[in-house]
Amino acid sequence: MGDRSLLVELGERISPEINRRVEVLMDRLARAELHGVREISPSYRSLMILVDPLKTTLGQLQPAVAELAAADHDGTLCRSAEHLIPVVYGGEHGPDLEWVAAHHGVSGHEIVARHTASTYRVYMIGFTPGFPYLGELPADLDTPRRGTPRTRVPKGSVGLAQRQTGIYPADSPGGWQIIGWTPIELFDPRRQPPSLLNMGDQVRFESIRAEEVDRWRR
Amino acid sequence: MAALGVFEVLAPGILTTVTDLGRYGFARYGVAPTGGLDGFSLRIANLLVGNPENAAVLETLAMGLRLKVLSEVSVAVTGGNLTPLLGAQPLPMWRSLTLRPGEVLSFTAPARGFRSYLAVHGGVDVPLVLGSRATNLSSGFGGLEGRPLRKGDLIAGGQRLSAERAVERVFPAAWIPDYPSPWRLRVVWGPQEEQFTDESRQTFVSNLYSVSSDSNRTGIRLNGAALQVKAGVSESIISEGVVAGAIQVPGDGQPIILLGETVSGGYRKIATVISADLPSLGQIMPGDQVGFSAVGLAEALQALRLAEERVRSFALSAPA
Repeated sequence: MGDRSLLVELGERISPEINRRVEVLMDRLARAELHGVREISPSYRSLMILVDPLKTTLGQLQPAVAELAAADHDGTLCRSAEHLIPVVYGGEHGPDLEWVAAHHGVSGHEIVARHTASTYRVYMIGFTPGFPYLGELPADLDTPRRGTPRTRVPKGSVGLAQRQTGIYPADSPGGWQIIGWTPIELFDPRRQPPSLLNMGDQVRFESIRAEEVDRWRR
Repeated sequence: MAALGVFEVLAPGILTTVTDLGRYGFARYGVAPTGGLDGFSLRIANLLVGNPENAAVLETLAMGLRLKVLSEVSVAVTGGNLTPLLGAQPLPMWRSLTLRPGEVLSFTAPARGFRSYLAVHGGVDVPLVLGSRATNLSSGFGGLEGRPLRKGDLIAGGQRLSAERAVERVFPAAWIPDYPSPWRLRVVWGPQEEQFTDESRQTFVSNLYSVSSDSNRTGIRLNGAALQVKAGVSESIISEGVVAGAIQVPGDGQPIILLGETVSGGYRKIATVISADLPSLGQIMPGDQVGFSAVGLAEALQALRLAEERVRSFALSAPA
């Protein structure tokens, strides 16, 4: 992309296998410490590698990256963490829960049951610091984004967009359907790593009552 | 060394932040660079006052910033000409000068360009967070408490001046950018240019676009001839990493130049502004006009080397 980044595409779709290859390549690139590489930005099916064009050229970088991408995966990268995220669903904490329920023709309780039933993979962290793109939602939770995005979605909001679910780590604009809220702190620049959830991690949601929130605050 | 109180903020202006050349190495956690948008002016401001290029400075937008000087300090103002005054007198830009306690420095109106950089000898003193002093506004960290400056803030600087007064330095007038509108930005095609129609690619490089007032630090929004994708191509793509200067095209066909405040995006990029022209992006203001010319990688690199050579030769001419 442009004169100082390489976009490495490892597949065409959203799938755990392709995303895992992205994760493996990111790990290898980080270890290889190739000269002139300033940033590695992984996403669902690709990696963006930003270079200092005065230190290396994209032409020089390409074969080194291709070699790393081609090497067999030896299975050493199996350290994904599991997280249980407590969520207060509905009401003031999840202003779109009723709309989502109506959209699918079921009760709000059923939406909560569906959302808490699966374990999701962290495909990438993006949008704002610490924002996890989690997937895939079951087909019966596939929900369109809001027609008009909100100018302010509160920190901790849990949302749905098509087959993805995510959590807003800070107040920000956003168009996802908000079904709940978590008291968990997702991003803290003083922490190492700063993001609680990381690519490849496994996430499950648990429904809690608003009165229980204090117990979960850190 | 104890930091010195150098300024009291009398008025913060439209948007003033502490920044440096940006935060790299944390994109996988969603952390974008969020550095100064005109890196060239930022670096020159630092070099003028004898700082490392990446020292923290103030970046101020358009107008309204007023600072009271608290200690004798060497400063330099570069970037867009926002009609800076010292008291009632014009303050000369692109050179170092010494301010005295009680003086008031103000940025009164955008005459040319959109963002000014104010460097102080020793650098603005804020903590290093994730390797940088730049303010990350979306997440509220870095810079001064992760937020824009407010009235009453005290800005601390690095170093007291030595007894024999800072050496006065001047950046060569011939190398000062003139920020002309219409802007001519050089781009490299892609990464998804082949998904746009041939007519749209032609439109993109042959029309002028005007800069929308909806523009902000996230992106420069342009209005003009709409760009169309080929038949059967969906409106959005699977989110992927982006860089500053990437020109994304949402469903309405109106291009947006991204500015390094985001790590990922879900729209197609028709082209990407070359590295040598990135500093210009910090100086484009609403109402300006922008045109694009496509260049190859070799030309892009040559342009960057030329720009870099000027910064280098100025840095080398500087007494350490």
